[in-house]
Amino acid sequence: MTNNEIVERINRVLATEFELDPDVMRPSASFKDDLGLDSLDAVDMVVVLEQEFKFKITKTESFQNIRTLGDLHAYILARWAEASAAQGCAA
Amino acid sequence: MRRVVVTGMGVVSPLGIGVEALMEGLMANRSGISRLEVLEGIGGLRPRLGGVVKGCDGVHIPRKYRRSMTAMSIFAAVAASEALAQAGVDYERLSHSRTGLCVGSTLGSANALQTFFEQYLPATSIESIRSTEFFKIMNHTCAANLAQYLGVTGRVVAPSAACCTGCQTVGLAAEFIASGKQDLMLCGGAEELHPLAVGTFDILQAASTGFNENPESSPRPFDDARDGIVCAEGAGILVLEALDSALARGATVLGEVAGFASTADPGNPASPSPQAIAVCMRAALDDAGIAPADVSYVNAHATGTVLGDAAEAEAIGEVFGAGPLVSSLKGHLGHTMAASGTIEIAACLEMMRSGVIVPTRNILTSSCACKLRLALTAERMSFTVCLKNNFALGGVNTAIVLRKHNDEQ
Repeated sequence: MTNNEIVERINRVLATEFELDPDVMRPSASFKDDLGLDSLDAVDMVVVLEQEFKFKITKTESFQNIRTLGDLHAYILARWAEASAAQGCAA
Repeated sequence: MRRVVVTGMGVVSPLGIGVEALMEGLMANRSGISRLEVLEGIGGLRPRLGGVVKGCDGVHIPRKYRRSMTAMSIFAAVAASEALAQAGVDYERLSHSRTGLCVGSTLGSANALQTFFEQYLPATSIESIRSTEFFKIMNHTCAANLAQYLGVTGRVVAPSAACCTGCQTVGLAAEFIASGKQDLMLCGGAEELHPLAVGTFDILQAASTGFNENPESSPRPFDDARDGIVCAEGAGILVLEALDSALARGATVLGEVAGFASTADPGNPASPSPQAIAVCMRAALDDAGIAPADVSYVNAHATGTVLGDAAEAEAIGEVFGAGPLVSSLKGHLGHTMAASGTIEIAACLEMMRSGVIVPTRNILTSSCACKLRLALTAERMSFTVCLKNNFALGGVNTAIVLRKHNDEQ
């Protein structure tokens, strides 16, 4: 899966779960100020992303520092790369 | 003690959304009962009928508030908005600490509880549980959701007494206002249909099972062929306030909550005795300072069960004789349980305003109520006092006395 495809999947999952307008889902969009999401939504975001990408999201510092949609894209892309590498090693 | 009046009403019922839809359906003698797919294929379950709400998905409610709501909170929010609009109560008044909310349901959402355990049980895991799931399951889900949605900052309480819930919320809210603890309160009950309630009444041998092929013929309150309850859903919300407050702001007074009683019947948790019902009705009349002879109409609880309707008919006969007209609205609506009290109070106040009594639907012959003045057709009757009954599983009985308001009182 390409990085663009991963970003599209992230955006699609979030748009569905949080009823977001795709037009406001720019990488610079702040979850709190631009997308109107709060701490309860952050919990559910983890649930839906774990279900979508089939890996665990732990509350590491890098995850807790996520403020924008672009931050989340970068985090998930990194985790996807880690998971793919681990799968490659295991194979 | 301050006098307490109703200045707003909102209803979501199997007959439609709004008080107008309710009254139009009742006056046209329509049934809100249909055969439900959700009840098919459940092992051992015999009833197939229910009264469901159509076209009330709450999409207009912002997601921030809707995410913790299930159907019953949405019904309550829609009914509350209607009631507040009629009462002319604005956001500023809602956010005042002397404005409160008293809204309950039979259970927290059984649908949400099912969702939780469907995710929890297979692997004993909470990993896929959403953050808002518990807000749908907790007992005060409707009250809490409404308070968040409407910005209420005063008392938020959530009585729960199954089918007496709606009636209790009105009585308790009225007492909060009468005693001066609050000036204005939203009150009422809400219910969403789930096989849990239908199945429970089936297990108790109290659900209608003989009319599955002819849904609109059941339930049959007081009728000789009655065979049980038909479960339904909806919400009824009232705006109560102190009479002086209503008059001061020029609100239209829809009626007065003149008396209330909530009594217990420890004899049997599933079948009220005529004596206990009579005690409850007399206590409500005493609370109102009104004699039985002054009551023109009794809106019966009468759900269509063999034992319950007979017990209520006997009790009404004992307290009132053949004086007041008597009818039940369950034949049109089914049993909206926690919502039934306030949906039916709204209908009573509309009947008082219009001077037309809605008859019981699906009644042909009644041996159990033969000594009562049953309203069998719509009857035009100007009246100023009525009494509304509700009885609940668990041995809780309630009665409310409503009085028409006029400026000379």
